[in-house]
Amino acid sequence: MTAMRRAIDTTIIVIAVVLIWQGLARWVGDTALPGPAPTFSYMTHFVPSARFAENAAATATAFALALLLAYGLGLAIGVWMGAQRLSGEVGEPILITLYSLPKITLYPVILLIFGLTLSGKVVFGAIHGILPVALLTMAAIRNIPLVYLKSARTLRLSPWQAIWNVLLPATIPEVLAGLRIGFTVTLLGVLLAEMFASKDGLGFLIINAMTLLQTKEMITIAVVLFSFAAVANAILLWIEHRLHRRV
Amino acid sequence: MTRAGWIRLLVIVAMIGALELACRLNFIDHRVMIPPSQMATALITMLASGQLNDDIVRTLGVIAIAVALSVVFGFALGLIIHALPRLRAALDPFFATYYAVPVFIFYPVMIAIFGLSLVPIVLMGVATAIVAMIIATLNGLDRIPRVLTKVARVHRMGRLATALQLQLPAAAPYLFTGVKLSVSYAFIAVIAAEFILAPAGLGRDIANAYADFNNRRMYALMLLVLLIATVVNAGLHAWDLRWAKRRGARPS
Amino acid sequence: MHGDVHAQFAGVTRVYPGAGGHAPVHALGPINVDLHKGEFFAVVGPSGCGKSTFLEVLAGLQQPTVGTVTFEGRAVAGEVPDGVGVVFQEDASFPWLTVWGNAAFGLQRQGTAPAEVRRRVDDALAFMGLKDFAKAYPSQLSGGMRQRVCIARTLVLQPRLILLDEPFGALDAQTRLLMGDEVLKLWRTTGATVLLITHALDEAAMLADRVGAMSARPGRFIEIIETHWPRDRDSTIVAEPTFGEITGRLWERLRGESLKALGHSGQPPAAALAAE
Repeated sequence: MTAMRRAIDTTIIVIAVVLIWQGLARWVGDTALPGPAPTFSYMTHFVPSARFAENAAATATAFALALLLAYGLGLAIGVWMGAQRLSGEVGEPILITLYSLPKITLYPVILLIFGLTLSGKVVFGAIHGILPVALLTMAAIRNIPLVYLKSARTLRLSPWQAIWNVLLPATIPEVLAGLRIGFTVTLLGVLLAEMFASKDGLGFLIINAMTLLQTKEMITIAVVLFSFAAVANAILLWIEHRLHRRV
Repeated sequence: MTRAGWIRLLVIVAMIGALELACRLNFIDHRVMIPPSQMATALITMLASGQLNDDIVRTLGVIAIAVALSVVFGFALGLIIHALPRLRAALDPFFATYYAVPVFIFYPVMIAIFGLSLVPIVLMGVATAIVAMIIATLNGLDRIPRVLTKVARVHRMGRLATALQLQLPAAAPYLFTGVKLSVSYAFIAVIAAEFILAPAGLGRDIANAYADFNNRRMYALMLLVLLIATVVNAGLHAWDLRWAKRRGARPS
Repeated sequence: MHGDVHAQFAGVTRVYPGAGGHAPVHALGPINVDLHKGEFFAVVGPSGCGKSTFLEVLAGLQQPTVGTVTFEGRAVAGEVPDGVGVVFQEDASFPWLTVWGNAAFGLQRQGTAPAEVRRRVDDALAFMGLKDFAKAYPSQLSGGMRQRVCIARTLVLQPRLILLDEPFGALDAQTRLLMGDEVLKLWRTTGATVLLITHALDEAAMLADRVGAMSARPGRFIEIIETHWPRDRDSTIVAEPTFGEITGRLWERLRGESLKALGHSGQPPAAALAAE
């Protein structure tokens, strides 16, 4: 019953946001900010169009590759820094510092190296994602309670059994949190790259729409990206909570 | 300094040295990157000439405005939301999702509405920072020990005195963490906004220098922005740690 | 040794109104008891029996549903009376103030003259063995030391009735014995009346002049045992045969009640939690 009421409350907030949007649109005028109704009708024929599909595919490709790179390198660095105490102590503050820097300033360097290619987008996205994945993986390994390791030894588990049956289940929820945050910031990185300089992709499309004052298109793209990120985050969060409950 | 601290310093120095060497020996093309020493000298010359003053003031000013708005309104909204549990329960899913969606994608929409001025940049800074402050405020209010309300009654304190003398100091470390995150997020958002599109500012300067193939200027500005961000973040982080240590991490 | 009546419970009952569709919880009473001026009174009982409710009603932190509580002849009504100091089970030291600042908190609020504040705080810190830690922050101290800070904060206000709500519950057994000695010293020097709530039978038996054994919820006194200890006692009395007798007798009275509390099925769990 409380879950029902909460769902109703959340719906009320969504409705309130749409109403505020409507009010704002009235206030600033339809050209600067189209209202919800015209935007949604525009959405229905823009999203299925070939132009949207091509650019969405470009973003998706860059994002998938960037994510792969970020996860691979992030996990490797995280495991290394978690298992090797000294490298962790040396590296952690460096990674934390890098994490809170405005990485967009580095994008020109990547452009100078890779030019306006897919690789540039991928590398820039991955730079964003590596850091949280590495930091949280490292923390997950460091936070394994000592008593688990002692238990593994008293149960006379082999090293592989210990990793598979104790270490992996103990670390997975936190590692997954890193992967979830990595997902978010990698997407942001790829979109920033596309917004600054790119030949294709949804980030490129939104800037293009801005220069052409195509506000309906801008908002449509923003809404699509929001929905994608929100749903993906909800799924990852759901998996994380399930694993947490089990451990 | 600890052993790890020394090694860290050594690693950083070695990395900069290797970069310097690679640039000097032409392993890295000078059209891609200039040696770090040249970045530094270019930056010093530019700073000394005073040509950067306007942009520094402008960018840091925008960040300061965004942070001030985020902290004040974020704290106020946090107080209100905390007082209304039902609203809070309804907003929780939005808070959990907020930093997962690329809010920044709304920057072009803001420009369309408000024009190419300071307003959209400040708004992007606030949009990125304010939710961190709201969450930190809620977190801090949640963690005020319940026993403090009893202590307040033993000392026969009124609502205002309880809020100012007990609840605020008890929540302060969490609020400070919110301020720290607000600064860090606003910095990133403002620089990114300037970078993508803005009339002026440090971020815009870097983008312009890139467009003009002016590597010396570009790298000097990059160094400046990264140095400012590092120093500010490190300072806030150190302060945060000191507070957290004094206040002690308490159970529950 | 029984002096005048200092605080009095007359037909006191406390019922928590049912929350969220649950039945109301009868937590305490009826209680009829007098605390005598200058005595050390302890209350023991199974967990959840209403001991803390008993204390909070006397402190004015909760209102009795039925009956009246008086302190120094005046009814306690919804406010902590002047002259009453409370030390809680939870660590209530203020982490943002130094030990000295913590102790001075109440006096500074009252607007006491700085010289007087200094004198009384310094005395209290010296008395509680905190003199060398005046400039330290609570986070730098152990749990036992922090609880001393809370006692010092109460002590400087020169309370005539000191209420201790399981103040040593979170401490280890040895530290508890030593803190017991401190409390005895405090009680003797200040001449205040002390009410101690505890779940530790030995603590009650060692410290108090009278020990009230409380039943499982709703809390009532099954028996009030007089210990007849001399006034200048300390923790070494745990070696005396009488100590064992008192503890044994308390346990005899409380064993059944504790079992009831353990398997208590009369209340829905949510209501039981809400009453805590």
